Formats: sequence, C-alpha cells, structure tokens
Amino acid sequence: MAPLLEAQHVRKVYRGGDGLLREEASETVAVHEFTLAIDGETPSFTTIAGESGSGKTTIARLLLGMQPPTAGTVRYRGIDVGALDRGQMRAFRQDVQAIFQDPFEVYNPFYKIDHILTTPIQKFGLASTKAQAAEQIDEALRTVGLRPEETLGRYPHQLSGGQRQRITIARALLLKPKLIIADEPVSMVDASLRATILANLHKLYTDFGISFIYITHDLTTAYQVSDKIVILYHGTVAEAGGVEQVIKDPKHPYTRELIHSIPAPDPGNSWIEEEVEEKDVEVSDQATGGCRYAPRCAHAEARCEQMPPLYRLDDGRVASCVLYDKQEKLDGGDLTQIIGTTSNEE
Amino acid sequence: MSDSAREVLLDIQGLEVHFETRRGIARAVNDVDLQLYKGERFGLVGESGSGKTTMILALLHMIKTPGLIAGGRAIFDDGTDLLSLRGDEVRKNRLRRVAMVPQGAMNSLNPVMRIGDQISLTIREHGEEGTKQELAARVTQLLDRVELKPEVAMLYPHELSGGMKQRACIAQAISLGPQLILADEPTSALDVVVQRQIMQTLRELQLQLEATVLLVGHDMGLMAQFAERVGIMYGGKLVEVGSVTEVFRNPQHPYTQLLISSIPSFERRGIFKGIPGVGLSLLDPPSGCLFHPRCPQAMERCSRDEPGLTSLGTEGHVSCLLHEKEETHGTSA
Repeated sequence: MAPLLEAQHVRKVYRGGDGLLREEASETVAVHEFTLAIDGETPSFTTIAGESGSGKTTIARLLLGMQPPTAGTVRYRGIDVGALDRGQMRAFRQDVQAIFQDPFEVYNPFYKIDHILTTPIQKFGLASTKAQAAEQIDEALRTVGLRPEETLGRYPHQLSGGQRQRITIARALLLKPKLIIADEPVSMVDASLRATILANLHKLYTDFGISFIYITHDLTTAYQVSDKIVILYHGTVAEAGGVEQVIKDPKHPYTRELIHSIPAPDPGNSWIEEEVEEKDVEVSDQATGGCRYAPRCAHAEARCEQMPPLYRLDDGRVASCVLYDKQEKLDGGDLTQIIGTTSNEE
Repeated sequence: MSDSAREVLLDIQGLEVHFETRRGIARAVNDVDLQLYKGERFGLVGESGSGKTTMILALLHMIKTPGLIAGGRAIFDDGTDLLSLRGDEVRKNRLRRVAMVPQGAMNSLNPVMRIGDQISLTIREHGEEGTKQELAARVTQLLDRVELKPEVAMLYPHELSGGMKQRACIAQAISLGPQLILADEPTSALDVVVQRQIMQTLRELQLQLEATVLLVGHDMGLMAQFAERVGIMYGGKLVEVGSVTEVFRNPQHPYTQLLISSIPSFERRGIFKGIPGVGLSLLDPPSGCLFHPRCPQAMERCSRDEPGLTSLGTEGHVSCLLHEKEETHGTSA
C-alpha cells in the first residue's frame, strides 16, 4: 500500500533578484534533495530540525501541498498532491493537518473562537446534529487541557498565546488526522506554557496514534518529544537517525557544533569560555555543488568540494560527511530506510 | 565574590512604570528594587509581559506614551538619578554611561548608511569631536574589538550576516565606553552557533571595559551560562534575586521553582512539566501575591497579603509569604 504521505527526491529552488537591477536571475536552493515517506499506519514522531535558512519550513510547505516542488514529487496515498481531485483533496486535508508557528495570525479577530472549531465540523460533515458538534468540540478542548466554558464564546484577543495555540491543536484534533505537521508550534509561546503544549502534542501521538512531523530550530524540545530526527543544513540533510543517538552522540561536524552551542540551563563557564570551532562566515544560498557546510567546517578538506552522499553508520543513522566515506551509502538518499516507520527495525 | 565587597553601580529603588489604557492602569513595572554591582553580569528573566524590557527602557528614558515612569529612582554611583534627568542630560548619559544592545540588530541599523558612517555619526551625536581621520580610526578600532574587519565600515547593513549586524550594534553600544550595557535578548534572532560567538564577544568586552551588563531574556540556558546573578520577574514584580547557582540549583520562590523545572533539557525525554494556569492580566491583577492563583503552594493569606522582599541569608532575596516568617526587608535587593 502506498504510504500516507511521501516526498520523493523533492527539490525546491526559489528564483529571485531578477528584473530591475540585475540581468541574470539569482537562484536560492531551499531544499537540495529530500526523500521521506510517512506510512500513516504505525504512528511516528519525527523532528525536522535546522536553523534559519535550512529549508525546514519549505519542506513543511511542500508536504502540505502549499507549494509545488521544483523537481520530484509529493504524493498522498500514491497520488501527486498537485493532481488530487476534489474528493482526494478533501481526504488529504482531513488526514494531514497543519499547526503553524504564530497562534495570533491564524485567527480572524472578528470571529469568536467557536468559529474556528465549528467550521471544520461543517466543512467536513463531522457531526449530524448541533449537539453532536458541541460534544466533539468539548472533547477536543478538554483533550488539550482547556475548559470549554472558559474558552467558547470568547474572541481571540481575550485569550493568551498559549491558549490560542492549544485551540489550533484542538481544531486539528477534531478532524481525527493521521498526520500533523507542526511548524515551530511553541516558539512563540512562553517557556512556562511550552511544556504544556508539547505534552498535548505528545499525548496525541501516544494516546491517539497520530503521527507528527515536528519542524523546529530547538533541539531541546525536539529531544523531548520525538523519536527520530533529521538535521538540515542549508537545504541538505546533514544527519538523520534516532533522536537519542543523534543528540547524545552527534557525528556530523555541523550537528556536533550545533549541539555544543546550546547553552545548558546549568550554571557553568565552559560555554562562554571555550573556543567555538566553527567559522563565522556567511554561507551563500546559491548551490556550489560541494558540501554546504564546508565553508564553516573546521574539518573541511579538498574532497568536500563534491556534495557528500548520506553514509549509513553502524547504529542505524546516516550522516552526510566525507569523514564516513568508508561506510555504505544510503540507497537513493531515502530517509524512510532510516527514520521511516515501515522499515524501522532492521 | 561576596556582595558586601562589591561596589554598587546602579541602585534602582521603587521603580514604577505604568501604562494608562482605556480599561485602566497597567503596572508594567511594579515597585522594583534592584542593585547592580560594578562589573557584574546580571540576568533579568521573565515571560512576555513580565516587565523586563519595560524596566530597561525606563532606565534609558525610552518609555513612550501611554506609558510613563510613575515613580522610583535609579541612582548611579556618582549620585545621578537616571530617572530624573531631563532634556539634553538624557542624551549625554546615553552611550557614555548607559548603552543598549538591541534585540533585532537588523531593525536597528540604518539600511541606507554605511556601518562606519553610522558608528561615527553616533559618536559625534553624543558630543565627541574629531577629524574625519580620527573618527575613522576610532571606528576601525571599535570594529576590531567586536572582531569585525576594518572593511566592514564601508559596507551597508544588508551586506552583513545577522551575527555581523549584531556585532556592529555592539561596536556602536561600546563606542563611548559605557559603564552599564543593557542587552535585550541580543541573540534571540540568531542561530545558536552565532549566538554563542556573540555572547563570548560581549563577555570579553564586558571584562575589558569593566562594565556591568544587564541581560534581559527568557532563555534560561543563556542566563545560566552568561549571568553571575539573576533576577526573576513575574507580573511586573521582581520575585527572586540571587546568584545564578543558587537560583538554578536551589530556587526559593514557587514560580522560580516551576520555571526551573519546566526547562527542557537533554536529560529528560517524554516528560513535560509546565506551569499550571494562565499568565495574569496586568489590568486586572489578583489581590495579594500576584502569583497565588497559579501557585501550588498558595496559602490562605496569599490572596490577602502582598509579600515583601525577604533576605535569604545568602546573597538572595525572595518575595513570597512562605519565606516571610521571621525577618522582612522591605527595601534592599
């Protein structure tokens, strides 16, 4: 059976800087190549992590069918998301839900909170009576830890950012999706509420069997909630595997530097005193053909002028670095073999 | 590093900042007492709306209507009250005494002016004279101190990376050798690797200048690594102050305890500890202790009595009725 959602050799190039002042158009390779399938039967919680410009949000938008890829395909149950008919699109929109970063932007300030919850019920015909709809809304709100009597009938501005974000989760939940793609869902929420929201998401995964693709720049929250992780660097996959292995014992020089750079919430001096290995250079968004990390990498050598493939490491992870070129290559760059749920245990 | 041995640089007493709205007055900064020592790195932590940014804006006279400084003093070591400065004096004090490193460096630089021109303009605007060559030499030297090449002076902001822009802002902030540097989440828009490099530079400069840095933010990891002392704000009030190790290892205020235990770390997977309840509304604050509706240790009197600041015997102070059994210091922190 075809997986629920898959990206095959997806590439996204943005063209810009053309027209007025310059003759030739400049190209930004947001996603170099990305292949991953989510099967939808076995629940999985995968983080796609990267810093600004890594292409993580572009991948989310491609998977949601909000943007067409420049090359490659995104398929929902085997059908190209760009070619879904009405009925298929409807099923896609129900099965694959999105939660976005800014809980302030997704609301229309003129409508009460109820509107954002009743709309999907109507559009997708989830309830046959009003009482049934009200029951579903109550249940969804309680699942995310909100009291319906304190939430319904209010306007968005009367609720905090954390409450609003939980309502968007409740809304996603109403549709009983198979997969939720959450793009930085807690980055605009205060630290004290972050844990509550992550707990909500984690509960949907463990108790309701909903799969997640969690897009974030924050490796600590990624470590908390997910099982598998993909580390992106400027549109390429630097490293991918089990979250415990990748975070606790990173292999790619970029992942190492990244994890090393996170200030630990434990007073000490090493973070502020130890020398940073990485060079502070601006990495061009234009593809050079070589390893994207090489200009900043302390281990860079001549061979890095070629884009390294993903090498399989012994513990079931992959890293895209010539340091591991003695290892077997990952077939077709398909991350499903590493982090997919279908061939999880090998 | 004992407190008594350290000289006080700035003594903030009873600072009040109010915002007048149609629905009433919001006390954004609520009777805050805080002493900053010479040459220390102090971290001020709080959630959005806790008053941490408002507090540093007040020190720079940058509160705009409908906000106003409704009370309090901020006495510098020479006796000057920063809050009572007027007109030209405000400008003379900025940069020379108190400088700010802004949150979004990208929005703080003039996009149509070369970096070098911006820095030398700042120097001249704040009353320093010099020939073109002298100013250019100073700019080069300042850029060097923040580890930027001299060529950067000739570049426009859009030609710099985020980290370089933040470095340029730091160069500007230290241009007149301030004694107090206010840094409002200076790295929140930057990637973690760059964040670390910038914070290292800021610390080196702080040591060279023997300046005091007041770092404002909500990243507890950054605070733990950068600050020597921290203060925790909730609803415009300073609820706990102490050395960074005391506050992180042995927090005393129930809010601080919950805040510390809610920090995600690489130690715990699948365990989530949040702070119960919702943040308070400054327009309709609860009676008594502002945190009592969310506090798991709340007692009956917490909804009635407002806690003062209690000394913890060590360097720390806490504003909580649980600690207010014996002695109470209403003023010192």
